[in-house]
Amino acid sequence: MTMVKALFYLLGFMTLASALFVAASKNLVRSVFMFFVTLLSLAGLYVLALADFVAITQVVIYVGGILVLMLFAFMLSGKETLSNIQQQNSRFISVSHLPVLLLAVLFFIVLINILFKADINNLQWTNKAASYKLDVRPDSQMTSNIGTNLMTTYLLPFEAISILLMMALVGAAHLSRKEKKA
Amino acid sequence: MINLSDFLIVSAGLFCVGLYVILTKRNAIQVLIGIEMMLNAAILNLVAFGKYDRLYNGGQIFALFAIVLAAATTAVALAIILNVYKKYKTIDPDQIHELKD
Repeated sequence: MTMVKALFYLLGFMTLASALFVAASKNLVRSVFMFFVTLLSLAGLYVLALADFVAITQVVIYVGGILVLMLFAFMLSGKETLSNIQQQNSRFISVSHLPVLLLAVLFFIVLINILFKADINNLQWTNKAASYKLDVRPDSQMTSNIGTNLMTTYLLPFEAISILLMMALVGAAHLSRKEKKA
Repeated sequence: MINLSDFLIVSAGLFCVGLYVILTKRNAIQVLIGIEMMLNAAILNLVAFGKYDRLYNGGQIFALFAIVLAAATTAVALAIILNVYKKYKTIDPDQIHELKD
């Protein structure tokens, strides 16, 4: 029990620390690679929330797909702009970022306040689910259940999202093709 | 076990860091990274609440949908960024101020 707790704190700390590093880093390549660490430790947090299938999907799609795509775009978008941006950022924390920092911190305080006002650990429906033993246990097999639900209860959203994914892929291919001389 | 509020606190922190990244960075790809952070914070919330729904798995399935949508968004956004770079030779959102042909 305490082992799980310790692992949770470690992963949560890694998530937030690498996200903060992404925010503070001046080197673009380094920030992309630290985002990699953020995504992997988030996958670990999903495992601790007993959602192993979502964790695997996160690793496959985010880490394998999106991040590689980002690195490609990043390398294709030229070296001179990168050095340019780095020069602009080479001062230490600039004054123009202070309002943004204030906004982010205040928003965080608002969110935490909402969490504690809502008394999130004693919600009615979660207590009910726990008392009827409807919550996910560490030994329950979720993946087959997810597959069954995907093909029965959530069939309409599934089809809608597949059409949307196809539209997005066709759109991306259309946008990135070579322009013909008209 | 881990409380629900612990997950939500981590998620709130990640969301605010994403907000900061979006508003301060001067590179369209880094702005995209900030958007992905905020999306991931939302997905973490979905997964954390999805623990209390074993029969229908609402939280986990919509987390999967959100991940797929994020992938589609990123593909389109990166195609747009590359086109913008071809045209303007920069991907600083502040310097792209003429959108007509």
